[in-house]
Amino acid sequence: MATRDLTADQAVATDAAPAVRVTGVSQVFEEGRPPVLDRVDLSVAPGEFVCLLGASGCGKSTLLNLVAGLLPPTAGTVQVAADRPALMFQESALLPWLTAGGNVELALRARGVAKAERRAEAERLLGLVNLSGSEGKRVHELSGGMRQRVALARALAQDSPVLLMDEPFAALDAITRDVLHEELVRVWQQQGLTVLFVTHNVREAVRLGQRVVLMSSRPGRIAREWRIDISHPRSIEAPAVGAMASEITAQLHREISRHG
Amino acid sequence: MADRSADTLVDGHADARSVEAGLDALDTAPQLPPRPGLGRVLVRSVLPPVVFLALLVGVWQIAYVAEVKPPYALPGPADVWSTFLETVADGRALEAVWVSVSRGFVGFALSLVIGTLLGLLLWSSRWVRAAVGPIVSGLQSLPSVAWVPAAIIWFQLTDAAIYTVVLLGAVPSIANGLLGGFKQVPPLYDRVGRVLGLGAAGRMRHVLLPAALPGYLGGLRQGWAFAWRSLMAAELITYSPSLGLGLGQLLNVGRELSQMSLVITSIVLILVVGIAIELLVFAPVERRILRNRGLTVGG
Repeated sequence: MATRDLTADQAVATDAAPAVRVTGVSQVFEEGRPPVLDRVDLSVAPGEFVCLLGASGCGKSTLLNLVAGLLPPTAGTVQVAADRPALMFQESALLPWLTAGGNVELALRARGVAKAERRAEAERLLGLVNLSGSEGKRVHELSGGMRQRVALARALAQDSPVLLMDEPFAALDAITRDVLHEELVRVWQQQGLTVLFVTHNVREAVRLGQRVVLMSSRPGRIAREWRIDISHPRSIEAPAVGAMASEITAQLHREISRHG
Repeated sequence: MADRSADTLVDGHADARSVEAGLDALDTAPQLPPRPGLGRVLVRSVLPPVVFLALLVGVWQIAYVAEVKPPYALPGPADVWSTFLETVADGRALEAVWVSVSRGFVGFALSLVIGTLLGLLLWSSRWVRAAVGPIVSGLQSLPSVAWVPAAIIWFQLTDAAIYTVVLLGAVPSIANGLLGGFKQVPPLYDRVGRVLGLGAAGRMRHVLLPAALPGYLGGLRQGWAFAWRSLMAAELITYSPSLGLGLGQLLNVGRELSQMSLVITSIVLILVVGIAIELLVFAPVERRILRNRGLTVGG
């Protein structure tokens, strides 16, 4: 029931309205201080995977919170082609008194899925992130990578076409992160999701995104963007990924040096 | 090297899955030591207090033999034991325990309802929190025995007077425990609830209340301790035939008869009830809650 027709989604992707459209958005947290975000425009097509890249303090997480609807923008408009976009945090943010399955079921319940269907649906979603048989595990019994996969399953349980991710793999070791990149790309392709992925890791952005958007800091603005035309499956060690990452890193360093 | 990366590209998914399965297995290897056997439990946690208790009784016996105090003021362990057996045989021990424990339970149940509602009210309204919060916290440090004279003037020597004192002792702890539990909930959990699309009531029920449970339980535990102490103070002072014979009243009987062995018997009974409730009710509940959340090692 949660599977979308991938080809149909991709067919409309070219001419349909964007899945996320941010227009002239500014965000000021304190009067008199420079804005965190300054007239940001960003548009993400349905089914597109966009990585939002920037140094710390560039407001990329703030932008994500605005898109998630957790924060109203000071100025500008945010439009999302979903009632409520799914969001994954840097911490797994799983509720520790629930099992892995219970966390996924809570998202289903919030969405109004009937009680009789929740268990089977949670099992299906956990299977999707290669965690079949872990339904009954407590959060503390799971490794960091497994927790993030449960969190991904919980986000998928929201059945939203738009998935927002706030540095979800930043706290993981390199091997686990590598595996989760593969997992995420697979899920994105299978489910035809629109993904907006925030990171400060250039290689990760190039490894995952169809488009990488670089933000400058204080105030946060869109500095530049790149289209990544490397076909999946990509490897984070692939020379093409490395070359692209070097180019973007050089630009990122120039952005950061302006603050020195 | 080049060959290998080409392989990875072709078999990307299958390869990632097997690496993932390997990582999962490595990361979740059993870390908990096996549960200790019954014999070890006995040696580790039952034996030490028993030994210490035996030592205490030994010191007491020595003090009695040495007549540190005259025998009417300090009877020996054997005298107290025979008085204890007497009160059990004539039914007074059981009656007193039953009267006090049932009063304690009723008073605690009332405190639970009122304290929880008060805690919710304090949490939900900033104004109420600012206005009433400091008074509730202050009441926690006021010994509830100070309310006994007022309660007797309002309600005479009735159960109502006793329950008033018990409530004033336990309600602030329970309300403050719930409030403290709420305050310790990481803001991230509330954001999760909002992202998942839960309304205010849904977030309260599925996120906030379960997250606050450990703090709330701490408040309940303290609330019970305060209720039990307040009850003993109230029973000790509101001594009247119409109130039946609780443990506090039994204590009073001992004082009036200058029967020190009865006084000690009563004190021990009061202590035993307190320890039993702690061990049989609160400790298992707490252990279960903490273990479910991975907040204790082992069990």
